[in-house]
Order: sequence, then C-alpha cells, then structure tokens
Amino acid sequence: MAELTRADIDDILKLIDGSDFDELKLEMGDLKLELRRRGAGASGASAPPAPAVQAPAAAPKPEAPAAAVTAPVVASGGGSEVPAPLLGTFYRAPKPGAAPFVQVGDSVTADTVIGIIEVMKLMNSVPAGIAGTVTEILAENGQLVEHGQTLIRIQPA
Amino acid sequence: MIRRLFIANRGEIAVRIIRTCRALGIETVLGVSEADRDSLGAQLATRAVRLGPAPATASYLQVGAVVHAAKATGCDAVHPGYGFLSENRALAEACAREGLIFVGPTPDNLDAVGDKLTARTHAIDAGVPVVPGGTAETLEDALALAESVGYPMLIKAVAGGGGRGMKRVNSAAELPGQLDLAIAEAAAAFGDGRVYLERFVTVGRHVEVQILSDGATVLHAGERDCSVQRRYQKVVEEAPAPGLPDPLRAGLLAAAVRFARHIGYRSLGTVEFLVDVDRQEFYFLEMNARIQVEHPVTEAITGLDLVALQLAIAEGAPLPMTQGDIRLTGHAIECRLNAEDVANAFMPSPGRVTRAWFPSMPGLRVDTHMQPGAMIPPYYDSMVAKLIAYGETREAAIAVMQAALRTIVLEGVKTNAPLHAAIMADPAFQAGGVDTTYLAGLLPTLTGATT
Repeated sequence: MAELTRADIDDILKLIDGSDFDELKLEMGDLKLELRRRGAGASGASAPPAPAVQAPAAAPKPEAPAAAVTAPVVASGGGSEVPAPLLGTFYRAPKPGAAPFVQVGDSVTADTVIGIIEVMKLMNSVPAGIAGTVTEILAENGQLVEHGQTLIRIQPA
Repeated sequence: MIRRLFIANRGEIAVRIIRTCRALGIETVLGVSEADRDSLGAQLATRAVRLGPAPATASYLQVGAVVHAAKATGCDAVHPGYGFLSENRALAEACAREGLIFVGPTPDNLDAVGDKLTARTHAIDAGVPVVPGGTAETLEDALALAESVGYPMLIKAVAGGGGRGMKRVNSAAELPGQLDLAIAEAAAAFGDGRVYLERFVTVGRHVEVQILSDGATVLHAGERDCSVQRRYQKVVEEAPAPGLPDPLRAGLLAAAVRFARHIGYRSLGTVEFLVDVDRQEFYFLEMNARIQVEHPVTEAITGLDLVALQLAIAEGAPLPMTQGDIRLTGHAIECRLNAEDVANAFMPSPGRVTRAWFPSMPGLRVDTHMQPGAMIPPYYDSMVAKLIAYGETREAAIAVMQAALRTIVLEGVKTNAPLHAAIMADPAFQAGGVDTTYLAGLLPTLTGATT
C-alpha cells in the first residue's frame, strides 16, 4: 500500500468521528499522517468523550489549527467545503426575489453570510467561516440540507 | 394511511420499525446523527437524513430538526421509537401542528403519565392499587402513617428523583431523625422540602402489562416479568411472568386495562407494577407511553406485530381483534446484549465490530443493528442486540437461549454475553420468579469466576 487516497482519509476521519479519540498518528513507510480534533491540545490528555468537538468538515483543511497533514492530500474539487451547521431548509437570499448572499467569484471573509438555514421558522445565518473566493455553490435554494452537507466551496485566500 | 414514515430514533429499534414498514409497503426516512450515518438503519431506510452532530442533545433530541426533516422529506407520520423523544409532549404537539401523525398517544395521555405523582393520582382514581403511603407534614402524621402501613418505610422527596432524598426507615425509633434528614436534603437538593412516605417493599418483582388501545377498545396482551435488573436497568425479560398466582395475574391485567381506560389512553403502552412477593399484592409504578425495548417477548407468545398495530392505531383504525383473539402460548425470554465489559465494572465498550453472526436457529429471534464493520459509537446506550428465545415451556426457552449464547458471534467489542450465560445457567433463575435484588446477588459469584 503505497499511498493514501482521499477516500482513505475520509474513512479515517469517520473512524475518529465515531470514537472518543482526539488525535491519530499514522505511519506507513515514508508517509506520516497526523490528525487532531479542533480544540484538542497537541498530544494532550484525552478530552471528555461526550461533548466531542466535531472534526472540521469532511476533509482536513489546511488552516485547521494543529492539523498537521504531511501526506500529499489534494481535495478533489479544490478549495474548502462549507458544511451546513444544522439541518433545515437552505436559502441563498435574505428573502424571495432578493439577490443571493454570494455568487461564484465573490470574495468572502470568515464572517460573510453565505446563506440562511430555516428550522421550524427559525432563521439561522451561515457564515463562510473562512476567507477566500467562492468557487462553487452546491446546495439548492429552498431545499432541505442535512447537517454536514456541503453548501458551497471556497478557494482560501 | 401512512405512506412514508419518519423514524426519529436509532439502533436496533430503528431497524425493527423499518422491518415492519417494509413488510407493509411503507417508505421510511431515518433521521440520523453524524455518528450513525453508516448504521444498518441508515442503509435499510428508503432514505436517511443527517439531523445533527453525534451528541443526542444536538441531533436525536432536536424536536425542530425532526419535524422539519419529516416535513421536508414528504413524510406523513413520525415514529419516535423508545427513549429520546418518545414521550415528549413538544414533539407530539409539533406533529399535530404540522399535520404529521405522531405514532404514539395524545399529548394529554403523555401529561397524564408524565410525572409520578400525577400518574399515582390517576391510579388511585381508577381504583388501581398504589404503594401504600402518603404525605406527612409533621412527625405525628408520619408516625401515624407508618404505624398503619407497616415498617420498613421509604421517605421520598415530592420534587425528587434519581434516588436523592430517599431514606429507608426500619422502625418508629428511626423515623424522627430520618424524617428531618430527608426534609433537609429535599429542601437543599430540590428547593422543596415536602416529603412523602411509602411502604418499602423488601422482596419485589417488576411485572408489567402490555396495553393496546384504539381509544375505544382497551386490550391487554399479557404481562412481562422484568425483575432481572442491574441498577434499575432491565437485563433479562420474559413472558409470561413465571409462577405468578392466577388471582394476582388476573388482578394485574384488569388493573392495567382499568388505568388505560381511565386516562383515555390511545396507542401502545405498558403499565408497570411492583409485585410485593411477601404480601402477594401489587402496586402501580408508572405507565410507559411508547413501544418498549422488551416488546418482542410479547410478540413471541401472542404472534402479534406490535409495531404494525401501533401504526394502525395512529392511522385511526380500530383494533382488528377482541380480547378473546389474543391467545398466549409458550414462553419467551429476552436477553439484552450490551457492549460492556462485565469483568471491568460493566464499563461501556464502544468500538468497531469485526465479526457479527446471528444465524437463524429454531426458536430464536434477534433484533439488532450489528453487522461486520458496524461502529458502536460512545455517545448512546450500549445495547447492541436483543436475543429473544421462544419455547413451548420456560425450560425449552432457556435451552434455546443457552444454545444461542454459545452460537452467536459478536467480535471487536466486549459484550455482556457471559453474564447472560451465567443467568441462564443459574438454578435460582431456572426455578423462576426471582425478585429485583436477584442480579445484584448473583454478580459477586460471577466476577469471582471471571477474574
């Protein structure tokens, strides 16, 4: 087994998600992979398992603190995925007929609102969470998005 | 008619509900947390939607997310399973508001059984025996009450729960000191110093009655004995209750039906009783307004599909049978297989299942969400499978269970299978009719053998 594929990394991340470990170190020949939950101290004592911090999105992001990924991992679509922070109906614009919050090519900061998710008539604004350029809008306006589903993709600045 | 059902639960009960839905041709949407998105239920449901992150408070307990997901996926009904939101009034009301069928009782039913004192009052009104006792504001009241009921007594906080503020009193001499202590503890812990006293049942069995009601017809489907418990958690259940004298059984069944009828209950439900072995009496404990974990033992001896009946009642259909149509034959025992380490103080043992094999065997039913590669996440309860053994006699059912425990394979995590094997082989259990202190007494001999 010469190298890890993106799918392998996703599988490993799922494993960690379902476990109460905060950190994983994997060495296979020349390849060395270190994964750490956001907020977990470097090789620190294990955090209490119950309110486990979600691993960032579905793939390791280059800017994720302390996530030292030395393996040559290239995210397939390019850029960072912005996941839905909760389940609900996704809206791209503040109200029907209004201009969308963001379009492909727009520059955003971490605080830029990229959409709204409605749950039982409560509106929750979704920030980009990262500065960069919008490269793709994946979630459809007015449709159900699940928790963790990718809404848009951003090429980090 | 229910065409597409949203299941707001996980684990084996999600799979169990999907089974009946598939048989009935009902589509299913399973709401899952991030930790359960590859679970067997998620694979078997027509569709799975991610409700939220792994912790239940952010996913399975989110009424808004459940109702929103059910509506957005075109479901016409919501099944809450057991635990989580199954007896949650807010979910039942939100479903009604949004035009969804809640597969469970009415919000008023949930209120009637929601807290112990309200339920106890309903039981008294329905002429159902409750544990003898009452409130006491002064020491004189308490002494008079204890005198008429008989020692030992238990002092409980009216606002309490979880054992806090509970004091056992063995004699009149102990009462004054313990009463002061209980009142002080209740006031400190709950901001409410009111206490009540009830009879402490030293030798008790936990026997419960399965109720089926369409709102007009109230039927019972026999009783279950759930006395094999560890720290108030049921470990082994069986139906019928072994060695229960006929007048006592008849009294229990009638009382359960009377209680359900009194509160206008409509759905599946279970009325729980404490059977006082020494006095040959029974007392109402509470009513569970949902499908129970141990429902398969009732299904085994009646041939009913309780989930199908629950769905039909929710649709508004009248019960398709009379009391005389419900025949109880044979004996069934259920063992709850938990991912826990018996030798290490029953520590939960989450992890990845490497092998899972539950072959078909005569008389055996297995309800599980385990399969090779399944992940047992650390966020939820540790039950991984229910083994249900059926035989024409209790002896035959025990033999089926013993064969099953020797045969099944679940590797990658530790399970309490050795505990179940020890219980099935124990002469006291085999004799039948053990009380709720039984398992605590058996454990030291077991751990002595395994360490």
